[in-house]
Amino acid sequence: MIITNIETVPGKTIVKHLGMVSGNTVRSKHAGRDIMAGLKNIFGGELKGYTELLTESREEAVARMVKQAEAIGANAVVNVRFSTSSVAAGAAELFAYGTALVVE
Amino acid sequence: MYDLILFLILLVLGYVFGQIAEKRHFRSIIQREAELRDVLCFTERNVPEMGRIDSALVCGSVVISIDFFKKFVAGLRNLVGGRVSAYESLLERARREAVLRMKAEAKARGAKSVWNVRLETSSITKDASQGVAAVEVIAFGTAVTPR
Repeated sequence: MIITNIETVPGKTIVKHLGMVSGNTVRSKHAGRDIMAGLKNIFGGELKGYTELLTESREEAVARMVKQAEAIGANAVVNVRFSTSSVAAGAAELFAYGTALVVE
Repeated sequence: MYDLILFLILLVLGYVFGQIAEKRHFRSIIQREAELRDVLCFTERNVPEMGRIDSALVCGSVVISIDFFKKFVAGLRNLVGGRVSAYESLLERARREAVLRMKAEAKARGAKSVWNVRLETSSITKDASQGVAAVEVIAFGTAVTPR
């Protein structure tokens, strides 16, 4: 599975367009992390727990998108975009979407 | 009275630790930017013809919290208007860090360049009492590796 965020796969030709595929995930950290992050709000600096959360959710969203693409017989996903939104305090949604293709 | 003392203590703690953290972070960013200078980043959508290549999606993300002092200064700035430099430096740090992490992932794959780099930023929470006031940035692009 080749994933890119440009319109084509360099060095390969597009055989078939299979339409849009997407994957999303909503995640939150346990309350302890939230309390630590609240403390960090006084001192400033990177919120490692939340960075980890964001990385995990991004991987999960991409994995779901890839699964959907595989299910319809694609071997590449191009023009991938990410979008984030915070649903509630401490929970974040991450949405990944792109175009599924068959390339050669 | 006690509220005022607590507020001043938080303000001083935020200023001292926030400044230390920011200086240390900027030093680390400058050093790693020098190390990763050989990975080129482009916002150009079309990859020029360069023979047989492999391409893959690379990402980098970071969440950085504001400190109590910055929040206070920004609140004051809101009254008179103008540049909120406290938040400018915060956003700059977050963006450069996210791009650096993306470049590090590209370098780990053996890529020489990253194309169509996009940055996604989500806003600083306005009211910190409802949650944690922080800024999150995702940088992503297509890493190109010569085969």
